[in-house]
Amino acid sequence: MHNLKLIIQREYKARVRNKTFIVMTFLSPLILVGMMMLVAYLATLNNSEKHSIAINDLSGIFQNEFKNTDGIKFIDLSSIPLEDAKKLVLEKEYYGLLHIPEMDDNFELARSVRFFAKESPSLDILQHMEQILTVRLNTRELISRGVDISKIKSAETPVNIQIQNFEGVRTSKMSNYVKMFFGGAAGYLLMMFIIIYGNMVMRSVIEEKTNRIIEIIVSSVKPIHLMLGKILGTSLAGITQFAIWVVLGGILLFLAASITGMDLISAPPSHAQKGLEQMSSNEMQQLIMDISNLPIGSLIIAFLGYFIGGYFLYSAIYAAIGAAVDSETDTQQFMFPIILPLMLGIYVGFFTVIENPHGTVATIFSMIPLTSPIVMLMRIPFGVPWWELLISFLILMITNFGVLWLAAKIYRVGILMYGKKPTYKELYKWLKY
Amino acid sequence: MTNYLVAEKICKNFDNFTALNDVSISIPKKSIFGLLGPNGAGKTTLIRIVNQITMPDSGKIYLDGKLLHPNDVGKIGYLPEERGLYKSMKVGEQALYLARLKGLSKAEAKERLEYWFKKLGITHWWDKKIQELSKGMAQKVQFVITVLHQPKLLIFDEPFSGFDPVNAEIIKNEILQLRDEGATILFSTHRMESVEELCEYMALIHEGNKLLDGKVADIKREYKSNTFEVGLTAEDETALLKELTANFSVGKANFKSITKDLKLSIQIKPEESPNDLLLYLLSKARVNHFVEVIPSVNDIFIKTVTHNA
Repeated sequence: MHNLKLIIQREYKARVRNKTFIVMTFLSPLILVGMMMLVAYLATLNNSEKHSIAINDLSGIFQNEFKNTDGIKFIDLSSIPLEDAKKLVLEKEYYGLLHIPEMDDNFELARSVRFFAKESPSLDILQHMEQILTVRLNTRELISRGVDISKIKSAETPVNIQIQNFEGVRTSKMSNYVKMFFGGAAGYLLMMFIIIYGNMVMRSVIEEKTNRIIEIIVSSVKPIHLMLGKILGTSLAGITQFAIWVVLGGILLFLAASITGMDLISAPPSHAQKGLEQMSSNEMQQLIMDISNLPIGSLIIAFLGYFIGGYFLYSAIYAAIGAAVDSETDTQQFMFPIILPLMLGIYVGFFTVIENPHGTVATIFSMIPLTSPIVMLMRIPFGVPWWELLISFLILMITNFGVLWLAAKIYRVGILMYGKKPTYKELYKWLKY
Repeated sequence: MTNYLVAEKICKNFDNFTALNDVSISIPKKSIFGLLGPNGAGKTTLIRIVNQITMPDSGKIYLDGKLLHPNDVGKIGYLPEERGLYKSMKVGEQALYLARLKGLSKAEAKERLEYWFKKLGITHWWDKKIQELSKGMAQKVQFVITVLHQPKLLIFDEPFSGFDPVNAEIIKNEILQLRDEGATILFSTHRMESVEELCEYMALIHEGNKLLDGKVADIKREYKSNTFEVGLTAEDETALLKELTANFSVGKANFKSITKDLKLSIQIKPEESPNDLLLYLLSKARVNHFVEVIPSVNDIFIKTVTHNA
C-alpha cells in the first residue's frame, strides 16, 4: 500500500509536469472556444445572406401572399411575360424565378408551378414557397366547393398533449430531449476520457519498457501494484486536466461571449434550440422542472460508478497492451478490440436508446461489460429499474476483476519481454507463465 | 559457515522451453559468488526468481535460512543487466523514489544518497536529468540506487559493462568494501577476468542445467591437468627435446621470457611429483622457467560448455 501511494504520486507528477500535458491543458480550452466563435461567426455570415426571388404570377391568385422573410426577398414580376421575366432575372442575377401559370383547375395549377434557377435551390426556400402555395390553393379549392372558410377557421382546435407519469408528475415533450442530452453527454464524456487517458497509461507503460527501468522497479514492487498505480496516477492527472478544462473553458466562453456580444452557446442552429425558441414561457418553466425532476442523486452515483468501472476496465487493457509491445507503432493491431466496443456503445446509445430506452437491444448492450458503461449511462436518465442497474453493475465489476487479473498476468510477463512483436497466440501463452 | 542464499531444485519452463532444470546453488554469507554461463543459459531467469520477479514452477528459495517472502525485497539490491532510468526525471528525485520503494524513509534515503553521491563525487548531478548524463554516468547512479538501502544480498548482472577502466576499478573496490562490510554478493557475468579477480565461489549453468559449482580454487584444482610450462636452455636442444618427448607428453608452450628458451609444456601423470620432473630437468639443462599451468576460469568455462554442447 505504501508503495502504491509512491507510484501514484510519481505517475501523477510525471504526467502533470510533462510539457505537452501542460500545453494541452491550457491550449485546448482556447482552441475549443476559438472554434466555437468561428462556427458562430460563420453561421451568422451564412444567415445574413439574402436571396432575391422573382415571382411571375400570371394567375393573380397569390398577390401579397409572398412576404419577405429574413433570408428571402420576393420581387413581383407578374406584370411581364415569362420570357421577359427570365431574361430580367438572369440579368439582375436573382436567386431564382417562380412561375405560376393562369389556370382554372387548382390541381392542374398545382402541378404546373415552375421554379427556374441557375443552381439547385436550397430545400428551405423551396419548402417555404410550397407551403405558401399549398395553403392558398387549398383555401381556393375549398371556396370553389362552397365551403365557408370563416367557419373552418373558427372550428380549428389546437391540441397540445400534456404528458404525465402515473405518479401524476407533469413532464413536457422537451423532457425526452433533456434526458437524451444528459445521457448522451455522460456517455460521450466517458468515451473521450477512456481514449485520451487510456492511451496515456499505455504510453507510460511503454516508456518504462523502453527506458529499461522496469526490472529495477519490479524488483521492489509487485507488477500489479505498478499497474494499478499507473492507472490511478494517470486518472488523477486526467481528472485534474478535465477540471482545468471545464473551469478555464467556462471562463473563456463567458469572456468571449461578453466581448463579442454573440450568443455563442445557442448560435449553432439545432433542433433542441429551435424547440427552445418555439416554447412558450410556460414550457420553459416546465423544462426547468424537467431538469430538476431528473433523478440527479442516483444519476451522479451511477455516473461515478460506471465512469470508474468503465475507465478501469479499459485502462487495464491499455496497460496490458503497453506491456506487450516495444513501441507505440506496434500497438495498432491491439487497438481494434478497444475501439470497437467503445464505438459500438456510442452508436447503440445514440440510435437505439433514443428510439426506445428500454428496448431489447438497449437493455442487452447495457449488460455487456465492455459497452455497458456507455449505454447504461445514456439509459439512466430515462429511469432504469434498480435490479437492472444492479445486475449490469455486478457484471461490470466481476469483469473488471477478471480483466485486471488477466491484464496483470500479461503485464507481468510483457514488461520483461523485449525485441519481438507478440501475437494474440503468444499473449494467450503468457497467461499461463 | 552458513549460507545466506539457497536455491533448491529450481525448475522453470516457458512454454516448451526449459529455462532452468533442477538448479540448486548455495551462496555462503559474506562471499562473492559468480554465476557463469553462456547467453541464454538461464542466469537471468534464476536471478529474476531470486528477486521474485518471476515465479519458479517448482523449487524453493531460502534467504538467511528462511523461505523467501515478498517483504524481503528490502534485503535484496538488484542491478539488472537491462537497466535504465526514467529519462526525463531528475537524478536526485529518481534515486529518492526508487529508494523509498525499497522501504526507506524520505529523510533516511536523502541522507544516504548525499553520502554516496559525495563518495563517488557526483553531488552536482542531483538536479540533472538522466537524459543529460552519459551511459557510464547513469550506470554510476544505478549502482548507488542498488546499494542504497544497505541490502544484505546484492545481485549484480554484468556490473562493469559500460564503465571505463577507471570507473570499473572504483565500482570494483566499492563492491569489495560492501563484501567486507557484511554483504553477500551474487555476480552474473561473461567477463571471466572479473570472476577470477573477485569471486570466491562460482557456479556454471548451461542450457538450464548446472554443470559446476563450488569454491573457485577447488574447481581449478579439479581441472588442472598436471601440466607445467618450462623454459630451458641446453646445448643440444634437439637431442633434449627428443629425450623429453620419449618420457613425457610434451607440447609447445608460449610465454614471455627474456632469454632464448626452448619453451615447452610438459604433462606428468597425476601420481608423479613435479619435484621429480624438476630434478630431472635440472640434470639436463638450465631451467629458466617452471610454472604449473592453472586453468583459468575462462578455460574451464569453454571446456565445460563445449564438452556439454
